[in-house]
Amino acid sequence: MRAVDSKKSPAAIAQLRTALAHTRPVVLAEQRRLPLLQAFQEVFPGGGLQRGSVVHVSGAVGATAVALAVAAGPTQTGSWAACVGVEQMGWAAAAELGVQLQRVAVIQTPSKSWATVTAALVDSFDLVLCGAQHAPSAQDARRLVARARERGSVVMFISGESLGAARHARPWPSVADVELSVVHAEWFGIGQGTGRLRQRHISLDVTGRRGLSRSQRLELWLPDISGAVAAAEHIQASTPTEPTPAELTPTELTPSSPLLDVG
Amino acid sequence: MWVEMPNTGSADSAGSADSAGSAARTLVVLCADWPAVATARPAEKPLVVVHANRVISLNLGARRQGIALGFTMREAQAHSPAVEVVQYDQQRDARAFELVLAAVEEFVPRVEVIEPGQCAFPTLGPSSYHGGDHALAQLVLARVQTAVLNTAGLNTAGLNTAGLQESGFAHNRGATLACVVGVGIADGPQGAQIAAKESILRSGVLGTGVLGTGVLQAMVVQPGKTAEFLSPLPIERLGVATDSTHSSKSAAEMFDVSRRLGIRTVGRFAALPIADVSARFGSLGMSAYRLATGFETTPLNLADPSVDFSVEAAIDPPAERVDQVAFVAVALADQLHAELSGQGLACSRVLVVAQTDAGDRIERLWRHEGALSAADIARRVRWQLEGWLSTGRSLGRCSGGVERLQLIPEQVIADTGMQLGFWGEIHNATERAVQALARVQALLGADAVKLPELHGARSVSEQCQLVPIDAVDLFAKGRSAANRSPANSQNSASSQNPTSSQTAAMGPWPGRLPLPSPTVVWSEPVEAELVDAFGRSLGVSGRGVMSAVPVRCRVAGGQWHQIQHWAGPWCTDQRWWDAIGHRRRARVQVLFDTAAHLLALEAGQWWLEATYD
Repeated sequence: MRAVDSKKSPAAIAQLRTALAHTRPVVLAEQRRLPLLQAFQEVFPGGGLQRGSVVHVSGAVGATAVALAVAAGPTQTGSWAACVGVEQMGWAAAAELGVQLQRVAVIQTPSKSWATVTAALVDSFDLVLCGAQHAPSAQDARRLVARARERGSVVMFISGESLGAARHARPWPSVADVELSVVHAEWFGIGQGTGRLRQRHISLDVTGRRGLSRSQRLELWLPDISGAVAAAEHIQASTPTEPTPAELTPTELTPSSPLLDVG
Repeated sequence: MWVEMPNTGSADSAGSADSAGSAARTLVVLCADWPAVATARPAEKPLVVVHANRVISLNLGARRQGIALGFTMREAQAHSPAVEVVQYDQQRDARAFELVLAAVEEFVPRVEVIEPGQCAFPTLGPSSYHGGDHALAQLVLARVQTAVLNTAGLNTAGLNTAGLQESGFAHNRGATLACVVGVGIADGPQGAQIAAKESILRSGVLGTGVLGTGVLQAMVVQPGKTAEFLSPLPIERLGVATDSTHSSKSAAEMFDVSRRLGIRTVGRFAALPIADVSARFGSLGMSAYRLATGFETTPLNLADPSVDFSVEAAIDPPAERVDQVAFVAVALADQLHAELSGQGLACSRVLVVAQTDAGDRIERLWRHEGALSAADIARRVRWQLEGWLSTGRSLGRCSGGVERLQLIPEQVIADTGMQLGFWGEIHNATERAVQALARVQALLGADAVKLPELHGARSVSEQCQLVPIDAVDLFAKGRSAANRSPANSQNSASSQNPTSSQTAAMGPWPGRLPLPSPTVVWSEPVEAELVDAFGRSLGVSGRGVMSAVPVRCRVAGGQWHQIQHWAGPWCTDQRWWDAIGHRRRARVQVLFDTAAHLLALEAGQWWLEATYD
């Protein structure tokens, strides 16, 4: 058997790579990922969240939307998401951002059984979304994280200020592998009595372990003009632009039209 | 010997069998007057079986006295003072019919009992084994007659029939007939039922009441000739097509109407235009019409005989603690598992029933994607009881200790072992989710687990409802979502297509807020204040105009925020015709501290309804 001359036959190397990929005996842990939406893929190695990791989403504004956008990818590819302590969630917005509500379960639990319930959920759900309504003790959180690692599911917790009783709840213990924090959020399309909320530009800091060590900045439209999630160019802080009259469709003029008699 | 339909040629009949073979060829065994036969009294002595004061069945002796079906009890007794009157008892009929079924089961393993006195089975296999429909019918007839004569003291007399002659059975000519057995084969069970009945009627045995005057013959309708066979029969024979969903009264009405319209035979009925039959008689007419035209589609219900594998244990003294019950559960689960695996079966759904000495009862159905092992079952009993005892005690729903535990396998499958995913993964995400949710339900109660469901609505709080999981078929949902998912995963850029169709499916809602929707919807709206530059509270005129420009805002009595941007108002006037449900609201989007909020004005008070977090 003669050795393949790597310089002369790149095709042979490609062939060998394919053969290696086919014969590799195990799926490595780092290759088991929950896929994310396209907009997130450039930042996350392998285009997805590594199974068994813990994600923390924070920010004064926009944390809920970011969490929903992260959850959208897995639910679209067949994973189920369980949500605990997110009673205030706007599910219509979740659907607009791409979350498949067919695979979302909402669990309302008293604080005392939080640990038992989340442990049961981590066993079987690919994604467990924890709102800020219950902040676990450090011990409970560590136990949950260990269990998630073992079972290969992703735990995501939100500590935004808007959702739930975050203001007076104690913060989550720092157990996260991936930190997503909203550093800047800006709405476009709304004016002084004109226009409406149309799209939001969000700058997201992504830091974490395992291939994410370098802090990265992610620019997103969340939502974009069509209500979905899209990657954005970096935008200098500016005043929200008012839509030009040409952009306004007749339906958007309803605010100034007389009171509507509707069923 | 065999009554056959006029047949133009066997090749022809085979061809038509292919074209009209919508329902399976079926053999029906009909024991005439079964309720009377099941009483196991001598046939010569007059006897009637009455139900609701009407004669529903009678034996030969009663027939000879001139009694007929449908007589009142008094009329029957007037015809023959000696007549014995027996109340109808379906249990008795069914018990006695077991003997006939046992005889039929020598030919096929699975038999559908249409009612006590009538049973059916598909002839495909047995008829090719026994050499054709004719031979099969002959054998079945002989076998059933033997069974009827041999059993329950009915063999007071022999019988001169073709079947008995051929089976070499001993009999006396001229003696009383114990039970008249008819056998019919046709395309489909209902056609075969009519054929079986026809075979009895054509023999004339029932009419004369004298044995030997008629000869019982099986009626075999050639394949594809069922409609032709039915055609000359009176239309009332189609009554077999009226199942339990239609009342017999409406069937009688239909036949009465048809008769008065001059449609007296099945053939005339089948010649009617299908649309007219459907318009006049509805679903009842359609099922009769399908039978009359030979397009019967009723399948036979050939379920496995149900074997009860359930196990139970009494706990004495009643167990107060979960671990005590769990200990019993382990033993019980082992027992169930041993019984099932002894039959090569495994259980994929088990119903756990626990009963307390105070009479409370909790049942929960557990499902597993593969097969439940003994340890799995025991663990589920423990989960269920833990949840029940912890939440139930506090809510006063249960009291006392557990005194009885029962495990009922609801779904039993062949034990093929469980195939895990290649590297220890179990791939069915929905199954796993359902399993976990069942466990959470057991811990927190049935209402703790909900699924969000979108509805069309104007206000953001009404757009989504959380539906209890018990009200949703998760597997149907998961499947429909799974069907859609490949397209999404292939093209993430267009991944919002399904969601936009989701929202579009909700229909137009005039006055609904434009997209995007707020990501946080406050379940209890928070009081808010919205004022202009002079600190005056703002209002919205009837023409949808703000009274002034909003400048400051505060929520729940907190600190004032300077409003950076605002839009609106969007006004709705809902249910203005309804004094109680009438709601008049105006909504504005305001932006302060880089966060956007949705405020609603109702009856002069501003509320924080939602936040665009």
